[in-house]
Amino acid sequence: MSEKLIDSGNNAAAMAVQLAAAEVIAAYPITPQTPLTEKLSEVIAAGKMDAEYVAVESEHSALAVCIGAASAGVRAFTATSSNGLLYMSEQLHWAAGSRLPLVMCVVNRGIGAPWSVWNDHQDAMSQRDTGWIQIFAKDHQEIVDMTLKAFRLAELVHIPVMVNYDGYYLSHTYMPFELPEAKAVQEFLPPYDYTHTLDPEKPESLNTVTLPDSRNDIKGIKRPGYMDIRHNLHQEMRQAMELWEEIDADYAQRFGRGGTPILDPYRCEDADFVVVAMGSIANQFHVVVDRLREEEGLKVGVLALQIYRPFPTAKIAAALQNAKGVMVYEKGLSYGNQGALYADLKSALYPYANRPHLHNFIVGLGGRDIPTEDLFQTLKTACLSGDQNAPEQADTPQWIGLQL
Amino acid sequence: MSVTAKTSVVNLTTEEFVHPGNRACSGCGLSILYRIGLKALGRNCIFVVPPSCLTVMQGLYPIAASQMPILNGTFASTAAIATGVRAAMKRRGKKTQVVAWAGDGGTADIGIQALSGALERNEDIIYICYDNEAYMNTGVQRSGTTPQGGLTTTTPYSGKKENSKNLPAIVAAHNPAYVATCSASYPLDFHDKLLKAKEISGLKYLHVQTPCPPGWGCDERMTIKIGKAAIDCGLFDLYEIEEGVKTLSEPSQKLLNKDKMGSLQNYLDMQTRFKALTAEQIAAMQERIDKKWDAYRREFAAQ
Repeated sequence: MSEKLIDSGNNAAAMAVQLAAAEVIAAYPITPQTPLTEKLSEVIAAGKMDAEYVAVESEHSALAVCIGAASAGVRAFTATSSNGLLYMSEQLHWAAGSRLPLVMCVVNRGIGAPWSVWNDHQDAMSQRDTGWIQIFAKDHQEIVDMTLKAFRLAELVHIPVMVNYDGYYLSHTYMPFELPEAKAVQEFLPPYDYTHTLDPEKPESLNTVTLPDSRNDIKGIKRPGYMDIRHNLHQEMRQAMELWEEIDADYAQRFGRGGTPILDPYRCEDADFVVVAMGSIANQFHVVVDRLREEEGLKVGVLALQIYRPFPTAKIAAALQNAKGVMVYEKGLSYGNQGALYADLKSALYPYANRPHLHNFIVGLGGRDIPTEDLFQTLKTACLSGDQNAPEQADTPQWIGLQL
Repeated sequence: MSVTAKTSVVNLTTEEFVHPGNRACSGCGLSILYRIGLKALGRNCIFVVPPSCLTVMQGLYPIAASQMPILNGTFASTAAIATGVRAAMKRRGKKTQVVAWAGDGGTADIGIQALSGALERNEDIIYICYDNEAYMNTGVQRSGTTPQGGLTTTTPYSGKKENSKNLPAIVAAHNPAYVATCSASYPLDFHDKLLKAKEISGLKYLHVQTPCPPGWGCDERMTIKIGKAAIDCGLFDLYEIEEGVKTLSEPSQKLLNKDKMGSLQNYLDMQTRFKALTAEQIAAMQERIDKKWDAYRREFAAQ
């Protein structure tokens, strides 16, 4: 029987990792991820989870331990936030290049300097080009479900998966969620059998120096060069999108939850204006959309982006074809340009003749409060303004809630 | 008080664990260690290697000179990756020996944090540092273990100003299960120390002075002679520390007799990297050696 609980987002993640039967867990504490790490070490020490917990001396080493364990054929997990993720950055690239099926929770937090322990998405966004699949949860239930599905996806495509959830908004708040039964999870996520693993009986040199050009092995079989290997990573990450949908469908059949693995729309069917956002802020918009529809008669919807890498280019472009305006609200940006999500979305829409007007809003950096009223007012103004602005002005991100 | 190599060229296994032909420079001290070390370690091993000459020696994908499972990892994380492999072996119920094998850069400098972490956790791994006293794989730049006065491409003209760091002592301060110093010029001593390390649980650290002809500036035929000269003059000493107790190994042990001390000048003259040393620097070097050996003589006098 599944279990209904009320607990924190960090504990929800820990319970999911326990259910996923990760065998090696290495982590370094960092706010706001710490309670997740503490919980896992606690359940392992108490004998409730059969796994090795390695209390490493840094995040760089945390992912190194996972890389070592996964290369030797064992399911591994780590978690971090903010500067911890950046400290891992080299290892993120390494894990993806090694095609290791790791899962990591990133409890999103602003990056120093100056120090901030509060939420935004700059940590995850800055690592978007590492070759990791990046998914974003909106609530505690999604943390549980996405983490379990992430292991299955990672092991299917041999690409590591980053499960993102908002620091404090989700990590430290208590919400109800359902925890699947262990036996059912085992059936959904069977033990993984590695093809290329460190084994003295079948010795292989992993990640050796690889030339620019393809080269024959000693049997005369052509093996890829560096560029070919990288191309395969890209192609297989694009293909992961479809597999993610299949995994979600299987999960929904087993556990009764799912159906929106890539895009999660709220009141979008007839919407003239669509908000695009990732993480908990997408849920915060539900009430804004309801009010705009009721009070202002504006047909507004919210489209939550559940997976950011690979980017669902065609799906999101198709979903926005009938909208007059699209408003992208995001908690991070590419400094000197625009929000990274906004730029990606704009790029996805470019090939289509029927392009909606676009607006980019930067919100909540370093935990700056995001009053629902501000979302209401800015969205309302954007809906009513149409396409009046000059192109460059229309393309400039607006910062919400500045206190300059 | 000493360990004498029990293995000799007569009873050393003839089985080879490295394919003939690899990408090491001729006269490479590391290639001797790799060949002989693997004979001691045997086949039930997994290696973890950071960027180093050992990366190059493996060969270029998809052809490898190695016959062992090797995981190449990032520069700073050798000991942490080995920790992960060890944890995986534990999960799989395998006794496979995990061997981290890195250079002085990967150990003393960029890798010291991960090594210190693994030492503190007393991970059940063998960690081998082949110390050629500079960043040789990138073309001879100074490292934390480059000796004072040593010429490298980043310490040109007058040589390195600073003293080298004593890495085995730093490691020993963590109180690991086993610490040993070795030399590529005494490969059988290295071989037998590895045999011993295999039987010990916890972290075993072997620090191996490894002459490098292109980096040290000498003929390729001089590798063994130079390594022996370093030990003969008392500059580098071979020892083991087991459960906190230090013993000198045979090649160094004889220097407890002051008359057996070899010439420092002889060692320095064999290599172009020391040609910028002044007479004062050499005198200061000799003074440090004498002090170290006076202390050893007091320490071991009672035994």
